[in-house]
Amino acid sequence: MTTPFYVSPEQLMKDRADFARKGIARGRSVVVIQYADGICFVAENPSHALHKISEIYDRVAFAAVGRYNEFENLRIAGVRLADLRGYSYDRRDVTGRGLANAYAQTLGTIFSSGGEKPYEVEIFVAEVGDEATDDQIYRLTYDGSVADEQRFAVMGGSAEQAAGYLEEHYSDGLGRAAAVRVAVQALAHDGDTARDIPADQVEAAVLDRTRGQQRKFVRLSDPTVAEALATEA
Amino acid sequence: MTQHPLGPRLPGAYVAPGSASFADFLAGQAPELLPDRRTATTAASVGIEVPHGTTIVAATFDQGVVMAGDRRATMGNIIAQRDIEKVFPADEFSCVGIAGSAGFAVELVRLFQTELEHYEKIEGTPLSLDGKANRLSGLLRANLAMAMQGLAVLPLFAGFDLRRGYGRIFEYDVTGGRYEETAFHAVGSGSLFARGSLKKLFRQGLQESECVTATVQALYDAADDDSATGGPDLARRIFPIVAVVTAEGYRRMPDDDVAALADEVVAARMQRPDGPAAPLT
Repeated sequence: MTTPFYVSPEQLMKDRADFARKGIARGRSVVVIQYADGICFVAENPSHALHKISEIYDRVAFAAVGRYNEFENLRIAGVRLADLRGYSYDRRDVTGRGLANAYAQTLGTIFSSGGEKPYEVEIFVAEVGDEATDDQIYRLTYDGSVADEQRFAVMGGSAEQAAGYLEEHYSDGLGRAAAVRVAVQALAHDGDTARDIPADQVEAAVLDRTRGQQRKFVRLSDPTVAEALATEA
Repeated sequence: MTQHPLGPRLPGAYVAPGSASFADFLAGQAPELLPDRRTATTAASVGIEVPHGTTIVAATFDQGVVMAGDRRATMGNIIAQRDIEKVFPADEFSCVGIAGSAGFAVELVRLFQTELEHYEKIEGTPLSLDGKANRLSGLLRANLAMAMQGLAVLPLFAGFDLRRGYGRIFEYDVTGGRYEETAFHAVGSGSLFARGSLKKLFRQGLQESECVTATVQALYDAADDDSATGGPDLARRIFPIVAVVTAEGYRRMPDDDVAALADEVVAARMQRPDGPAAPLT
């Protein structure tokens, strides 16, 4: 006869959190950084087809680290939710906060339900405002907790080192190229010595409040990134 | 009632892999928001007059395509609105103009716009121009029942084909049939006159400004002979909506530029009311 053994709720949650954290720590980091004209996303990503950074709606974008199939699921859900809301009300009624709430509820429910394994993802939801003070960056973790970030934020495997680098080198009102540069350097400083990250390994995008179109999301091409990295000298 | 999808967590359908179509998603999740449900389907069957939009013209030129629409909506013999807009951007490289039942048309355009954007975001790449034209066909076909009740909508779709490198025009029938037009086309109550006019004015190798003038002339001719099409309203300064789509994308011509052009056209008509004369042979 097998004896059912007791696992305390604390231990259960800790095990699930460790499991999720380990999965997330395996991946490369993503940096979100505010610059003069909006919000810039930078990730180290060798693939040009499988994106970590995506557009959700006019002023809202999404970035994720962790398991691709899981955050891709959440991204598609976000696009559907935003489009449905914008279609049934108005485009202006789609907000980053609403989306962050929906993600938080979803991740939280999955994390604490016994039936499913927790999602091994962390997500940024950012919304660009008319002014820099209206910009919002939300960071969501695997257990559904939400943090409101300012200036810059990093998540993924080497988040702490990169955040430490940004803490020293970030300044307000950066230009776009300077923001990309400092973000890439932060990603490169994940070990004792800085690595060299070539432009074609960088996935970058911005929410640019000065863009004339309704949709403020712009992906930066490899040449644009290369140019931004080269202007350092 | 609109369903609020935010329960404790996003429902399964939101995270289900599969369709990149917003219309399909809507049909499953919130069918009451589809255009045929949102507009009162019984309006036509009980004989209530609803506003109708009238004439849309489109013509191609070397670098792209121009679409222009008059500003009038009519309800029987009444002018329902003098400054309605019937030409819309469908996405960054295409535009859609709509003649027919106005309220329903606007809903259909909103659904079409969302459909294209939704696909682009989910798939990470925009639909081809043919793909967009086919989707519009599908949306029209889904609303055939409305057309049969008298709430017909006839779109004209035009865009710049980035792969082929030139502007293209598509017309539709109420059953969703899709037909590509070369050179130019018009839809709506004044379309016969507009098409006749464009026949004489259009030629290959037009510049953008000449092509815009041709479409404004065509709308003038349509308004001249069709009571439901609005001509340039000089007193209120209401002029056609003109959209230009080129390799650089969709651009709505600034109202002041259209006003200046319309003034020129009207001034010329003061000298010759029937408009520019085409050579006999």
